[in-house]
Amino acid sequence: MITSSANLVLHEEDFHQLSESLRRLRMDANAKAVFLIDKNGQSIATAGDVDQFDTLSLASLAAGNVAATDGLAKLVGEREFSVLFHEGEQDHIHLSIVAQRGILVVIFDDRSSLGLVRLRVKRANAELEKVFESMLQKGEGGGAGGRTSPFSEITDEDIDALFT
Amino acid sequence: MTFINYASKEINCKIVYYGPGLGGKTTNLSYIYNKTAPEAKGKMISLATETDRTLFFDFLPLDLGTIRGFTTRFHLYTVPGQVFYDASRKLILKGVDGVVFVADSQTERMEANIESVRNLEQNLLEHGFDLATIPYALQFNKRDLPEVLPTDEMYRILNYKREPTFEAVATGGIGVFDTLKSVAKQILIELRKK
Repeated sequence: MITSSANLVLHEEDFHQLSESLRRLRMDANAKAVFLIDKNGQSIATAGDVDQFDTLSLASLAAGNVAATDGLAKLVGEREFSVLFHEGEQDHIHLSIVAQRGILVVIFDDRSSLGLVRLRVKRANAELEKVFESMLQKGEGGGAGGRTSPFSEITDEDIDALFT
Repeated sequence: MTFINYASKEINCKIVYYGPGLGGKTTNLSYIYNKTAPEAKGKMISLATETDRTLFFDFLPLDLGTIRGFTTRFHLYTVPGQVFYDASRKLILKGVDGVVFVADSQTERMEANIESVRNLEQNLLEHGFDLATIPYALQFNKRDLPEVLPTDEMYRILNYKREPTFEAVATGGIGVFDTLKSVAKQILIELRKK
């Protein structure tokens, strides 16, 4: 089982795979932007026109949104509500859970449709889950995911230097 | 839960400001936000009620600089302090790396402080964390107010494990950065151990 206290470690090969999957999903779903974040509010990978959005804020708010909805699910006896949809006048947001620890956020407008997004997200999910699971397993293996951690040798001076 | 991103060379850590309602958690974050250079901070988000009480959380991303080539980013969150928001408070602790407890120094708020520490201990446990081992700093806020308890007495009542403790007046910034630095350092030292 993957515990909530395990570190999340993202290596370049996983990042490239995730980014490629997101890029395909964005094209297939005709979406404006796609974000993969973890349930604690950290942005993992993105695709599309992401510069117009504040990614850090978006990740934190989406995680808060999903956390609150998870709380609601438990209140009514559900394990989770795996899909959330917010409909705006022009832009819409589709949020879905990936591998229990990730959140896939798709932002789209009227050039796409909820049906298309749902279909493409479902397809992308299996692919993303595989990479995400492997990434989480690496995090379970220790701070650097089986590699020598660059932080194992940080000195008190390194830390102090951050605060000067 | 620290997020180590080798692709973008970033470490992301989560710090949660906990404590009773109206103790100054949001004020701590606002002060940090106002005193930090624009390039080192993101937007501060406050999900608050119409009367400016925290409803869900405040959020402030902060870059502290680089360590061994990795940008070190701290995500600061506050919880809603009011007793009846416990379900929301619990959610914010998910994946936390370190906690700052902001205690209200006023004598009349001591019961609320004690109850909030107990609540923190319990809510951490539900996420699999132990207050005895998690990076933790204690802040005695509002030292400028007239009816405050002496700090040694507060220490005796609220200090949990000899954690670093700071006197503060968050509205004027006294003790705010010292508290943050203390918990951030403890988190990085933990990271070194892993």
